[in-house]
Amino acid sequence: MKHVLAILVEDKPGVLTRVAGLFSRRGFNIDNIAVGETVTPGISRMTVTVECSETIVEQVTKQLHKLVNVVKVSNLSNQPSVMRELMLLKVHAEVGNRSDIQQIVETFRGKVVDVSPDSMIVEVTGNEEKLEAIKLLLEHFGIKEIACTGKVALLRGSKVTRES
Amino acid sequence: MKIRKIKGAAMVLEALREEGVDQVFGFPGGAVLPLYNQLYDSPLKHLLVRHEQAAVHAADGYARVTGKPGVVFATSGPGATNLVTGIATAYMDSVPLVLITGQVASGFIGTDAFQEADITGITLPITKHNYLVKDAAELPETLSEAFYLASTGRCGPVLIDIPKDIFDQEAPFAYSVHCDISGYKPTYVGHMGQISRAVRAIKNAKRPVIFGGGGLIRSGASAELTRFAREAKIPVTLSLMGLGAYPGSEELFLGMPGMHGSVAANYALTESDLIIAMGVRFDDRVTGKLETFACDAKIIHIDIDPAEIGKNINIDIPIVGDVRLVLEAILERMKAPNTEAWLKKIDTWKKQYPLPDGGKMVNGCLKPQAVIRMLSDKFGPGTIVATDVGQHQMWSAQHFSITEPRTFLSSGGLGTMGYGFPAAIGAKVAMPDRKVLCITGDGSFQMNIQELATAAQYNLDVKIAVINNSCLGMVRQWQELFYDKRYSCTTLNVNPDFEKVAEAFGVKGLRAENEDEAAGAINVALETRGPVLINFVVEQEENVFPMVAPNHPIQEIITGGD
Ligand SMILES: Cc1ncc(C[n+]2csc(CCOP(=O)(O)OP(=O)(O)O)c2C)c(N)n1
Repeated sequence: MKHVLAILVEDKPGVLTRVAGLFSRRGFNIDNIAVGETVTPGISRMTVTVECSETIVEQVTKQLHKLVNVVKVSNLSNQPSVMRELMLLKVHAEVGNRSDIQQIVETFRGKVVDVSPDSMIVEVTGNEEKLEAIKLLLEHFGIKEIACTGKVALLRGSKVTRES
Repeated sequence: MKIRKIKGAAMVLEALREEGVDQVFGFPGGAVLPLYNQLYDSPLKHLLVRHEQAAVHAADGYARVTGKPGVVFATSGPGATNLVTGIATAYMDSVPLVLITGQVASGFIGTDAFQEADITGITLPITKHNYLVKDAAELPETLSEAFYLASTGRCGPVLIDIPKDIFDQEAPFAYSVHCDISGYKPTYVGHMGQISRAVRAIKNAKRPVIFGGGGLIRSGASAELTRFAREAKIPVTLSLMGLGAYPGSEELFLGMPGMHGSVAANYALTESDLIIAMGVRFDDRVTGKLETFACDAKIIHIDIDPAEIGKNINIDIPIVGDVRLVLEAILERMKAPNTEAWLKKIDTWKKQYPLPDGGKMVNGCLKPQAVIRMLSDKFGPGTIVATDVGQHQMWSAQHFSITEPRTFLSSGGLGTMGYGFPAAIGAKVAMPDRKVLCITGDGSFQMNIQELATAAQYNLDVKIAVINNSCLGMVRQWQELFYDKRYSCTTLNVNPDFEKVAEAFGVKGLRAENEDEAAGAINVALETRGPVLINFVVEQEENVFPMVAPNHPIQEIITGGD
C-alpha cells in the first residue's frame, strides 16, 4: 500500500541526500517527494510517498529516525489527513477545442494559466485520483508535457506534526 | 568573559584534549599540513601508519579495547578515500571513531581541484553522521557533536571534513563536551512493561537460550550477563562479535551459533522455546535460512537500536535500551525457570558433537586448529586477539579461549581482510601492558603487510601468527564444497617467505612447520620484547567445521567428521 510520510528535518546541507540516499540504499522505492518550509525556522518538511508493506514502512521509519538531522517522522496514511498534489499540463489546443478543454478544467476546479496559438497550460490540484482522472480526459486532446509537485499532506483537525 | 580566538587547526587539538584523547592515528598530506603543523608542538601522540586504511583499523582496535572513540587524521582525496574500507568496517561493527579529513580549500570545492574527493558524499552510507565544515566558527560545536554521536547510543564512525583554509581561519573557541542534538535522543532505560513481560516469559520458559552479541561488550554488560546466566541457569551462545562477553570457560557456554557455530548452539536455538537476544542483529551468518530459524521460540530482543528490532526476524518482546541497564532491571525482578532437563539435553549434544579439532597431522603438516589451541594455551587468558578474515578467523573464534570482553577483535559485519594486523597495533597502543596477538592468514596479512614498518618503527610488542595455508582458505573451502573443487584464483603458491619479509622490515621472523617448531617459535615470541612474526606453515586442505551451508536451516550441519 501507499504510505505518506511527513518527515521534519533540520535545514542542514545534504539533508535531502541523506534522506533520499537512505531510501535507495535500503531498497525502498520513493514514489514522490516534496520539500518545503515549516512554521519553525530551520526545520523543513519532506513529504515522501512510498509503496510498501506495513512492516517495511515501520523499518523505513526507524531507519529515518536514526538520521541525526531527522527530527520527526509521522505516517499520515494511518490518520485522517488532507493530501494534495499540483499538476501543470501543457495540452494541445486549437481554436476549435479550447472551450471543451475549458469545460473539463472547470469541472475539476482547475485553471487555465497560459494560452498560445496551439496549446494551453492547465493547473490542477487535488489528490492522486483526481489528477489521474483529468489527465485521462485531457489525453484525448494530446498532452505535450506534464510537471508535477510531489504530494503534500496535513493531518485533519487541530492536531499537528511538530518537531517536539 | 571574553572568548579567545584560535585557528581551526588549534581547535581540533583543543577539542581532542577536552575529550580526553591522547592518541591519534594518521597519515599526513597537503590538505592537513596546517593540522600536522599544529601537532608538531602538541603533546598529543600520533601513530604514523603506512596506509590510511591501517590508521582506521588501528583506531578501531584502540576503540574496541578501550571503549573510547578512536581518532584518525588523513588528507583529502586519496588519503580520505583510503579510509573508506576502515570506516565501513567500523560502521558495521558499531565502533566509535572520529575521523578528521582535510579537504581542498573552500573556494576550490566543486571544481575537481587537485586531490579533491567528496568524502562526505562517499561516506554518507557508512558513517553514523558526517560534516563538511564551512566556517571555523562551526568547529567547536561540530567536534563536540562528533564525539558525542560516535560514542553514545549505538556507537559508530563520524567523519569531519575540514577544508584547508578553515584550519588556518581564526574564530572564537569555547568548548563543551556535552551537547544536545534535537534529532538524536538514544533510549537507554528499557520500558518497564516490556521488562515485566520478559521476566514472566523467562520464568515460564522450559528451553531458554541466551543469544548475545557485540552490544553486550559495547554496553559493558558482561558482569550482568554472567550473573543472569548463572542465576537463571540458562545456556549462553555468543555471536562472533559477542565473544568474550561471557567467559568461554563456563559450563553454560555453548560457543558460537550459526554458520560455523557449534552443533549444541544451533540445536539449542532450534529447539528453544525462548530466545533472550541481547545486543545482536540476527545476521544471516547466524540465522541461516530465516524461515526455519527457531520456529518454536518466543523471542525477547534487547537492543539500543530500535531499527534492529524486527528488522530480520519477528520479535515477541522488544525492549529498546542499553543492554546492561535492561539486564540489571531484569535481574532485580527475575525468577529462575526450571531448566534442569533442558541443560541435560544440551549436555548430551555438547558431548556428542564436540568441536572438530582437525585430528592428527597428515604428512607431518601442522593442523591449523592445533596451532590456535597452542597459541591459546601459551599466550594464556587476558591476551588480546585480533584476527583477520577467513578460516583462521573461525578457528580462532572456535579454539582460542576467550574469557574477557574487549579481548577478541574481528571484523564481523563487513568481514574485512586486512583488519587484523592494524587493529592489533591499535590495541597494543591502547593497552601496552597486555599481550597482543594477531592471528592472520597468508592472504589477509598481505592486505596490510606494510604495517610491519609501523610495528618496527614504534617497536610495538605485537605478535603475528600467520596461519599460512598457501591459499585463500575460506574461499577455497566454498569452492571445494559448493563449486566442484574448481579452485579458481584461490591458490597462493607464490607467497613470499613471511619470516624473511618481516626481517626485512626489522621485525623478528620465525618459521614453524611442525608441532615442535611451533611450540619453540611461540616460546621465542613470548620471550622477545617487540614485534615478532611466526609463519606457521599448515595443512592446505583443512576445512572449518561445523558448517551450515549459506541460507540453509542452522540445524542442517555439516560436521566434517566423515
Ligand atoms: C578485502 C576482502 N576481500 C575479499 C574477501 C573475500 N574473502 C573472504 S575470506 C577470504 C580468504 C582469506 O584468506 P586468508 O587470509 O589466507 O585466510 P584463510 O581463509 O586461508 O585462513 C577471502 C578472499 C574479504 N573478506 N575481504
